[in-house]
Order: sequence, then C-alpha cells, then structure tokens
Amino acid sequence: MNWFWYASPQTFYPLAGRMAPWFAGAAFLLAAAGLYVGFFVAPTDAQQGEVYRVIYIHVPAAWMSMFIYVVMACWAALGLAFNTRLSGMMASALAPTGALFTFIALWTGSLWGRPTWGTYWVWDARLTSELILLFLYLGFIALQAAIDDPRRADRAGALLAIVGAVNIPIIHYSVVWWSTLHQGASVSVTKGASMQSQMLTGMLLMALAFWMYSIAVTLVRVRCIIKEREG
Amino acid sequence: MLDAALCVVQRDLLLAWRRRGDVATALLFFVIVASLFPLGIGFEPNLLRAIAPGVIWVAALLSSMLSLARLFAADHADGTLEQMLLGASPLGVIATAKAAAHWIVSGLPLALIAPLIALQYDVPAALYPVLALSLLLGTPVLSLIGAIGAALTLGVRGGGILLSLLVLPLYVPVLILGAGSVDMASAGMGGEGQLLLLAALLVGSCAFAPWAIAAALRISME
Repeated sequence: MNWFWYASPQTFYPLAGRMAPWFAGAAFLLAAAGLYVGFFVAPTDAQQGEVYRVIYIHVPAAWMSMFIYVVMACWAALGLAFNTRLSGMMASALAPTGALFTFIALWTGSLWGRPTWGTYWVWDARLTSELILLFLYLGFIALQAAIDDPRRADRAGALLAIVGAVNIPIIHYSVVWWSTLHQGASVSVTKGASMQSQMLTGMLLMALAFWMYSIAVTLVRVRCIIKEREG
Repeated sequence: MLDAALCVVQRDLLLAWRRRGDVATALLFFVIVASLFPLGIGFEPNLLRAIAPGVIWVAALLSSMLSLARLFAADHADGTLEQMLLGASPLGVIATAKAAAHWIVSGLPLALIAPLIALQYDVPAALYPVLALSLLLGTPVLSLIGAIGAALTLGVRGGGILLSLLVLPLYVPVLILGAGSVDMASAGMGGEGQLLLLAALLVGSCAFAPWAIAAALRISME
C-alpha cells in the first residue's frame, strides 16, 4: 500500500472523515471505562483522601500536552523537509488541542494543589515548565493567526515549532535547576508506595481516551482546514 | 565571507550612529524600567539587594526585545534584504552579522551601564564584574534568538507585540542563568557554573541560530 497516496489533502480528506468517528467512539468508551474505574473501583488514597482522583484528568492531560508538542514539531519538520501541504495543516490542527491540554493540566493541578499543598500555585519546576509550554503553544497559534498567506503561515509556524522543540529541554532543565536553587524542600511531589494497580489502570485508560480524543479532534480540525484552504 | 560579515556590521553600526536617538531610547528604557521597581516595591535595602539581579536582567531582556523589531524592518522596506538574499555570501553569515551589530548597539551598552543600576540597588561592588560578565555572555544569546523571531514576524500584522510573545518564552534559560549567576555569587558560592552554562548557551546559539534566522528570512521573503 502506498502511504504517500494520503499525503495529499484531497485524498486525506475522505480518509480523515471515515477515521474520525471511530477514534471519537474509542475516546468515549475509554473515557467512560477510565472514569468508572477512577471514581468507583479505585480505592481512596491513604494520604490525600478523595482529592487525589483529579490525577485521572491531570496526569494524562500533562502527558498529552508534552507529547502533542513533539508530534506537532515532527509534522512541522516533515512539512519543511518534503514541502507537503498536509504536514503544515496537521501541525496547525494539533496546536489548539495541545494548548487545551496544557491549560487543563495547569488548571486541574492548581485545583489539586489547593487542598494538598494549601495553595493554588507554587513556582515548582514542573508547573513553571508547563506554563512556559503553554506560552510556546500560544506563540505558535498567534504567529499563524497573524500571517494571511496560509503557506507562509505553515512554514513560519513550522520553524517556530522546531526552534521551540529544541529549546524545551534547555528550558525545562534550567527551570528545574532554578527551582531547586530558590526554594528548599517546602513542596515536593513525593510518591508514596508504588501506585495501586486499579489507580494505574484508571489512569492508563484515561490516557488512552485522551489520545483517541486528540486524534479524533485533530482529524476533524484538519478537515476544516482543508475545506477552508482548498475549497 | 568574513568580508561580507564585517561589511554588514560596519554598515549597521554606521546606520545606528546616524540615528543615535533610537539607540539611546532603548538604553533609557532599560534605566527607567530598572528605576521604577524601587518606586513600586519600596526602598528597603535588603529587599532591593535581593531583587537587583532579577530586575536588571528582566529590564535587559525587555530592552533588547524592544529594539529587535527594527533589526530587519528597514532593510526589508527598502529592498536591501532582498539583495542580501540574492547575494553570493551565505545568508546565515549576513544574518549573524546583523545580530552581532544589534548586540553591539543594544546589548554591550547594557553590560556597561548595569553596574550603575546595581549601585542604585545597593549591590556590593564585588558583584559588579559578575553582573557585567553575565550580561556580556547572555545578551548576545538574546540577540541571536531574538533575530529568529524578528525574521519570522517580518512584515506581519501586529509584529512588535507578536515578537514578544514568540521570543520571551525562549529567553527563559538566559534569564535564569544570568540572574542566577549573580545570586550565587552574592551567596558566596561563586557564579562560575552559571557563567559557564551561559557561555555554553552562547556557543550553542552561535552554531544553530544562523541557520534558523536564514530559514526564517527565506520564509518571510518568498
């Protein structure tokens, strides 16, 4: 089978239309199963009580926020290297979902932090890197929104995504180093014993659900972009 | 190749000299921003001493960013940039030369003025060399990374404010290491580690930024 057949927006459009409902359905089923395991099967945490259950949203969202940026940068690099139109469209279709998950991770993190740490926000290394990741996503979206010519917007966004992807490890380690310098051990996300298996199951189910959701939403969004640009 | 780079640096410096007001404005901005903090926070000496490195570095970041929008704009408007793209010398070299000229005009003076601001903040004189050195190593990185953003936003709607959104998150490591070196030195632990890391960032961005700037210019000009 020739995969490059689907590298053209015209042939990808119907394929995306056929695949999107399946991924959406899988996302729905996995989310239902994950939430059921998370809220009814998994036991209450011995130290944190019921509030720990936010991890079923928080942790998968944080994973996805980082993973989507990598995928976006890969599409961007493909687009620059092979000059394919679809790659740039995929990168722009992924960005809002990535930004959304970054925001959800920050939001649920602060909801969890209030009862557990006693504050909505601490300048912890992970929180700070996640915040900067959100800024990177918003910069990418803003740059593409500001350029009228879609091809130039794709290529400019692609370059920015690659520069961002190269910088993310540097930013992350500098922030880790900075937070260990500035604050002592006032707050640390210590894991107790190893995670209970039901908790892990719930979290993995939710992670898969988020994964399927991202694919479904990206496919729908890329269809809109194709329709907008290619009529 | 080196001739072309030197020629571009000379030309940009000459242009900056002809319009001294623009250069002075960015410097003045740096001084004013740094002077506003005590007015907002209060003049308790221990507090000022503690925030001085951070304030000076943030002011340097903003001031360096303000002048970025002008980096390619004039050459873009009068067609010089197009000739540079078509010319025989590699675009990366020319772009680096322009970033170097930007640093000489906007970064180097900051490193020289910073001890004066530090004096206002009652920072011990022993820290001035560390502060100046951190700015000397860090501000060229700002110019190089900023040039990527400036090239990407060339001729784009709302370019200036967009540029800050693109570039400021990428400035974070420089800010952390730069302000951190002075913090460490004032804690008596020596800032050499941070200064070395800043130097590493400088070497890394010298190696990679020219490609990115050249690619961004090609995207913007096509």
